[in-house]
Amino acid sequence: MIEFLRLPRLSWRFIPVWHRNYLVWKKLAIPAILGNLADPMLYMLGLGYGLGSLLPDVGGMPYITFLAAGTVAYSTMNAATFEVLYSSFSRMHVQRTWDAILNAPLTLDDVMMGELTWAVSKSLLSGLAILAVIWGLGLFGNFWMTLWIIPVVALVGFCFGGLGLVMNAVSPSYDFFLYYFTLVITPMVLLCGVFFPVSQLPDFMQAVSAWLPLTHAIDLARPLVVGTVPDHIALHVAALIAYGSLGYVVALELTRRRLLK
Amino acid sequence: MLTVRGLCKQYGGTEVVRGLDLNVRRGECFGLLGPNGAGKTTTLRLLLGLIAPDAGSIELAGIEVPKHAREARMKIGVVPQMDNLDPDFSVRENLFAYGRYFGMSRSAIAARVPMLLDFSGLASKADAQIAQLSGGMKRRLTLARALVHDPDILFLDEPTTGLDPQARHLIWQGLRRLIAAGKTIVLTTHFMDEAERLTDRLAILDHGRVVVEGAPRSLIESHIEPAVVEVFGEGLAEWTQQHAPKLCQRFETVGETLFCYTGSADTVIEALKNAPSLRYLHRPSNLEDVFLKLTGRDLRD
Repeated sequence: MIEFLRLPRLSWRFIPVWHRNYLVWKKLAIPAILGNLADPMLYMLGLGYGLGSLLPDVGGMPYITFLAAGTVAYSTMNAATFEVLYSSFSRMHVQRTWDAILNAPLTLDDVMMGELTWAVSKSLLSGLAILAVIWGLGLFGNFWMTLWIIPVVALVGFCFGGLGLVMNAVSPSYDFFLYYFTLVITPMVLLCGVFFPVSQLPDFMQAVSAWLPLTHAIDLARPLVVGTVPDHIALHVAALIAYGSLGYVVALELTRRRLLK
Repeated sequence: MLTVRGLCKQYGGTEVVRGLDLNVRRGECFGLLGPNGAGKTTTLRLLLGLIAPDAGSIELAGIEVPKHAREARMKIGVVPQMDNLDPDFSVRENLFAYGRYFGMSRSAIAARVPMLLDFSGLASKADAQIAQLSGGMKRRLTLARALVHDPDILFLDEPTTGLDPQARHLIWQGLRRLIAAGKTIVLTTHFMDEAERLTDRLAILDHGRVVVEGAPRSLIESHIEPAVVEVFGEGLAEWTQQHAPKLCQRFETVGETLFCYTGSADTVIEALKNAPSLRYLHRPSNLEDVFLKLTGRDLRD
């Protein structure tokens, strides 16, 4: 167990791994951006205005604002998750790119840190795009306050990147990821206050929700959109870091067993 | 250049490598041969420091492995058994991406790329995508990629498996140029002709141990009679019973073929003239005979 949860041995050599993913992404950047961002934006604008016009203020703000804040966290989560599931799995299992890199002076710790930081980068991009819409439509309370959403988005990317890497480590094939989406990601979207306030849920579901990482992400992002200082900042930040770090460390050991034994 | 002492590794109670000793000299081409499951691939992984041994020591170019595996790998180039070129990059981009993993600057890589493309005969394919390359081209690119950081020692895991004869000859040619340039090479192979052709010395592994070690020619001379007559056809069993013990120094029946090992093939061939239903093949003994004698003829899966 002590062996299992040992601290990662990191070096700056994770940067070329990040760089490799960046160069590949750059080749197909425009379609990738459109493909990744169209979906959350359509949901946000369609539901926000369409459904929002039928609703009174939700959580003390217009529904479109409420939903925009949820969408920042939710699209960031999705960006990181898709990256470390499908894309990392291709690189690890299908293309054997990791095997090739491991013959250079990099450790698995470095390779997976490169993947994780790349997932954070993709999250940043996704979060920034939603943020740009929020700015463009004037859905915010205080512009300077919304800048704090950028580090929050990075943190959310780290959290879900780390968690997703665990699935990557144990998955026999792409099909397996569907379980993660139906059992983890979708419930998270429905329970953590993306579309409606958590306070609308029965007590026991609220209790579950309080433990889920996306709740912490939204509790940070929504006040920042509205222009107020979030409550319990340290708790939410610590929860996101804890989920992400634990995910990374566990994923590292599971992947080590998978690739090197 | 490479010194291995008493190396052991077990997986789930099975000892895969059991007290392996190796000594590879600088500038030498060294072969690791052995049937499937003999421990070749595990040994290579141990040498690279990808996995930690249960016992024993490895010193590579004066560096202790796995303790300083990162430093050691700066001096090693690896051609893996399965192609794992980056399919998202062109030929040239593959070399650049790989150089960066070794911490090389863009200009340092750029200075080596023309030479590497030339070495692998891929100068005209520099901007081709990996999917457009033939199997032989992919192998040559993998070899070039392993040389991007100008390593002192090269590990090749079955470098010509799955290639056609023309492509194999091109790889051999490349390897001979590297040996001439003073590189140290360690290669595993299933092809005895490849080992005989390329290696200065080789070790035959079985059950995680070195069974025998030496130069290919001297191994053949010391373990096998100089000539082999392979006999097959109608009535082989009776002929074997009547003649083989007298005519051969050593003989063995495998399936429907009699392997007759002898110092003087002429007497065997003379005797075979009286058995027109039998056909035969006369050849000098080779490394495969040594390999099969020492590791047996059982199928390893």
